[in-house]
Amino acid sequence: MSKQAQHWEKTRNLLFITLAIWFVFSIGIFLFGAEMNEVTGPFGYPWTYWFTCQGSLGIFVILIFWFANRQEKIDEEFGFSERGDD
Amino acid sequence: MKGNFIDNLPKVYGIYTGGFLAFIIIMAIGEQMGMTSKAIGICFVAFTVAIYAIIGWLSRTAQADAYYVAGRQVPTVFNGMATAADWMSGASFVAMAGGIYFKGYGYMALLVGWTGGYVLVASLLAPYLRKFGCYTVPDFIGTRYGGNLARLLAVIVLTVASFTYVTAQINATGTIASVALDIPFQYAVYVGLVSILLCSMLGGMRGVTWTQVAQYIVLIIAYLLPVFWISNKMGAGFFPHFMLADEVARIGELEQQFGFVKNSAADLANVPKGLAGITKAHSAVNATPWAFISLALAMMMGTASLPHVMMRYFTTPSVKAARKSVGWSLFFIFLLYSSAPMLATLSKLSLIDPSLPTGIIGKSIAEVQAIDWYQNWNAANLMFVSDFNGNGTLELNEFFMGGKAVVLATPEIAGLPYVISGLVAAGGMAAAMSTADGLILAIANALSHDLYYKIIDPKAETAKRLVVARVLLVVIGFAGATIAAMEIQGILGSVIWAFDFAMSGLFFPLVLGVWWKRANREGAIAGMALGLGSAIWYLVWVRTGGSGFLGLTQLTFGIFGAAVSFVAMVVVSLMTGAPNAATQKMVDEVRVPSGRTILGKQ
Repeated sequence: MSKQAQHWEKTRNLLFITLAIWFVFSIGIFLFGAEMNEVTGPFGYPWTYWFTCQGSLGIFVILIFWFANRQEKIDEEFGFSERGDD
Repeated sequence: MKGNFIDNLPKVYGIYTGGFLAFIIIMAIGEQMGMTSKAIGICFVAFTVAIYAIIGWLSRTAQADAYYVAGRQVPTVFNGMATAADWMSGASFVAMAGGIYFKGYGYMALLVGWTGGYVLVASLLAPYLRKFGCYTVPDFIGTRYGGNLARLLAVIVLTVASFTYVTAQINATGTIASVALDIPFQYAVYVGLVSILLCSMLGGMRGVTWTQVAQYIVLIIAYLLPVFWISNKMGAGFFPHFMLADEVARIGELEQQFGFVKNSAADLANVPKGLAGITKAHSAVNATPWAFISLALAMMMGTASLPHVMMRYFTTPSVKAARKSVGWSLFFIFLLYSSAPMLATLSKLSLIDPSLPTGIIGKSIAEVQAIDWYQNWNAANLMFVSDFNGNGTLELNEFFMGGKAVVLATPEIAGLPYVISGLVAAGGMAAAMSTADGLILAIANALSHDLYYKIIDPKAETAKRLVVARVLLVVIGFAGATIAAMEIQGILGSVIWAFDFAMSGLFFPLVLGVWWKRANREGAIAGMALGLGSAIWYLVWVRTGGSGFLGLTQLTFGIFGAAVSFVAMVVVSLMTGAPNAATQKMVDEVRVPSGRTILGKQ
């Protein structure tokens, strides 16, 4: 397999992991919204309420930075990263 | 200052922020010394708009690269702030807390949707479109799939979605300008429009970028300062985001105690149009899973398809920077979005809790009608009480408020000085202006670059292209303002429609363009045309009394449009031939961050 094909395979796997986490916190947990809201969560808010106003939102922020770092590592591994800083 | 402008950015905006805080303090002193509230409102709006206009003038340019993509040198963090301002519209600023206040959980799907979409932007699209090196979103579609028809369809989808959105933003600038400057709405709309054009006309994307950063700073201060202040004043906690659990629980108790009494249609007929009562639980789950998820999903896919957001990532210096910049954008958006539910909680509790001095439920109607702030906001048509059951006491179901009042009136109800209300007006103006600027520029750039330069006159010189771009900017702005002046739709409704239109026509042609090499021109054309067409058909059908299916409403019809677009694109692509070798090679290169941009090579 060429270097480029390997790079793309790793990139695609990272995408699948990222989208899986995204799916859980944007869609998955809200299938059980009513049940989850019965339980007290962070800072004393009900769990579902907390996810809608802070939890999911914050997780998305962290997820994007994590994704960006992982993708940079993949690019460096195959020598595809850009020169120069940002 | 030494060095170039980009290196000095932190210093420049640091001084700017300090200056703005000093201005707030001067206004506060002015208020103590007897400045009228009207004068304070005018000063806030006039001062901030003047600053944006100066930035717009300083950013003037005659170069295509600077005009279309700000010279591709906007650092990640600053691009994040600009995107956040571009993203958070007048609706986010003025109406979001109100929506949460009235509809609770069902509405909060928008919070999840409008943030979750950025994960799709970062992972599926932004870095690849940056590598492509295009000036506009249709530029990518036109080059990836080839041919003028695909490019033209992308321009059409972009225009339909963005234009729907921009009328709402100009409407919002008009509303705020008319209140702050005390002039009729019909004229205020054009005052708002002129302010918007001052930012973008001379400098294009460069001007818009640096004004948007300035606007973000104003809007975030204007949103967070009152939330923290109110929370502290009420004794609810000095950091509201982590400390309002008791308040949320208390609202639940009060809801139990008062009950949600349903008003008769005859009683409701007396309530002024646009005002609503509290009829839904604050923190309990009050929507079905599908209602919540379908709305969130529509907003997420719409986020990833809206061209005025995507084009902000064309301005970063590198592909790597584009990815990081999406993270910063969402961080800056998170600061405001996570505060909106807190403001809704504080606002609601301060109004309905009889044990608080500001609580009005349980007081006598006559007493409430004698309160100063009630009289002010009743006169502004944003508050209303009526004794439906004739017992002389205000009940929960007898109190009505406009959605905007949560942001606009809560500081006054909580007893904050008027200077805060002036600040909030400046923040709302900044939010609406920054989004309107991004949208008008997205439309004008697509028309000038893709329609005029690429399709009509490919030999046009740069100077002529930029004249065309500026003329279009003014024409589109005036068209938007004219429609806004007619006041056809509410602000939030048209914003959500824009997301649905965008995702119906653009989501899959963009995503598959990068992630599926086999996608070809015929497929993309079918995907865009049938996607947008079916979305419009479904919307018209539901609006004219159609029942709809799968629980898709006029807020989530984009899911149907996008599904049609996906199926059409895959089926037609597979029925027709694979793209040629040059196109396939181009897709391979897009997937690799290093090297020159695709369009830079041509």
